[in-house]
Amino acid sequence: MQRRYPLFRITALCLGIAILYVPILVLIGYSFNASPLVSLWGGLSLKWYGALVHRHTLLHAALLSLEIAVTASTAAVVFGTLAAIALVRFTRFPGRFVLTGMVTAPLVMPEVITGITQLLLFVSLLQTFGWPHRGFLTIVLAHVTFCIAYVTVTVRSRLLSADRSLEEAAMDLGSGPMRAFVEITLPLIAPAILASWLLSFTLSLDDLVISSFVAGPGTNTLPMLIYSKVKLGVSPVVNALATVIITVVGVCVIGAGWMMRRAERRRELEIRLAEQANASTTATPEEPIALRSPS
Amino acid sequence: MHRSRNPWRWLIILPPLLFLLIFFLVPFFFTLKISFADSVIRIPPFTDILTRTAHHLRLVISLSNFRRIFTERLYVLAYLFSLRTALLSTLICLLLGYPIAYAIARSRPSTRNILLMVIILPFWTSFLLRVYALEAIIDNDGLLNTLLLHLGIISHPLVIMHTNFAIYLGIIYSYLPFMVLPIFATLEKLDATLLEAAADLGSPPWRTFLDVTLPLSMPGVAAGSMLVFIPAVGEFVIPSLLGGPGNLMIGRVMWDEFFINHDWPIASAVAIMFLIVLVGPIAIYRHFSDQHSES
Repeated sequence: MQRRYPLFRITALCLGIAILYVPILVLIGYSFNASPLVSLWGGLSLKWYGALVHRHTLLHAALLSLEIAVTASTAAVVFGTLAAIALVRFTRFPGRFVLTGMVTAPLVMPEVITGITQLLLFVSLLQTFGWPHRGFLTIVLAHVTFCIAYVTVTVRSRLLSADRSLEEAAMDLGSGPMRAFVEITLPLIAPAILASWLLSFTLSLDDLVISSFVAGPGTNTLPMLIYSKVKLGVSPVVNALATVIITVVGVCVIGAGWMMRRAERRRELEIRLAEQANASTTATPEEPIALRSPS
Repeated sequence: MHRSRNPWRWLIILPPLLFLLIFFLVPFFFTLKISFADSVIRIPPFTDILTRTAHHLRLVISLSNFRRIFTERLYVLAYLFSLRTALLSTLICLLLGYPIAYAIARSRPSTRNILLMVIILPFWTSFLLRVYALEAIIDNDGLLNTLLLHLGIISHPLVIMHTNFAIYLGIIYSYLPFMVLPIFATLEKLDATLLEAAADLGSPPWRTFLDVTLPLSMPGVAAGSMLVFIPAVGEFVIPSLLGGPGNLMIGRVMWDEFFINHDWPIASAVAIMFLIVLVGPIAIYRHFSDQHSES
């Protein structure tokens, strides 16, 4: 493996990072611009942040979006983790092919299509059963559907790489499959579950297109409100709002990533210590044999 | 598998399977049904295909929506424009993304994690807000024009906003991480001994790249390209915020038919035709992403 940094690779990296970050940084910079015009720098000011607090419709929409995101991502994590377990642990069952398709297709499906199809489902259901009325519930159901795909992909890859022999060892030592799974495998895939909850949360919080279709009249989520404002051009209040959202999400994601890496390192250290301890106490010969995977 | 008769099996499989069947797959059949209906002014705004009279069921299928799609210039042009825009943006994304993925894969493991985080982080921040951030830069009185005018490089503002070029920029900027990550995943797994062998046999670096690295990274290239191409074809937010009134992408046509013209049957028909167009690319994506997760 080459360890040098030729000019070409550094250029590629710098260009990529610039493409990804310059617009966001510019947006954050403008949120402190006293002048409402992009072309004019009016000095540093926090007045747009002050204006933010007094927009009640904005606060209501933000609260609604948060409620939707928490509900949807929690439900998506439950369904998505179950789907990942089903796909990894059960190699053949009726419907496996359909399930595989249904957890990969939403990753690439254009949102407008998902939105239209789900709205038509909800409208048809309402026509036939008188339920569900469009609003909070339908938005949550729609968000759960596309978030499941992200959860399944994340948890599935973690499950595939998780060491199966530990769980098998626990079962050889007499614990039931359910208990072995909860006590051994669940902690192993916990970081992936947490990461996918966070991802679902941010995706739900950000969704404009699908929500616009399935939300009935009168329900306004935060992205819908932002969209209706930025459609008219650059708005300094939205700049301030965007900065708040980006900062909060950024801090949460980096913090969660850091915590997960620390937990990971501790777990690795514990495993290594346990192995060392095991190697030094070979007085009981059954143990190392039982720990070896029977497969 | 000795645990395939696990009694918990269906408790794990059924919840996600049923949920996705009802809220992801079944909606497509409703959409298909409504694409054969006629548009009428009532709630919901389409005719019933199946009507029940006193003694028998009556099935009325209208093909007028599909006839319109194939005969009216608007739809044909929108499909072609969307495909062209997505194809070109995907190519540029690939040309930009491949070197970035390559540079990350070739960096030290410690730097690699940080660089990956840097590439992934924008994915966590709001898509809508990032598209909006681009607007502040490329607007006629945006940052880019203000800077260039100030420096005397141009005498008139560059018109980027509300052009095709703005849509390309938007797609490249928003979807670049989706191209980088799958390519990185295949490059990371690349067997370094193959590269050494090629070098030992006297192959110059560029030959090694063309003969070994590039062919072996094709699954990542294919997966990344589809991950950009498919959502880009149906993109709504980017053409709606950055494009002009003339840039009719198919996602926008569907949105307008739905929200402005309230013609749900034609929107459904456009969605169904769109899905038929996308079946090929989605199959390619699934093929390569499955191959990736199996290995």
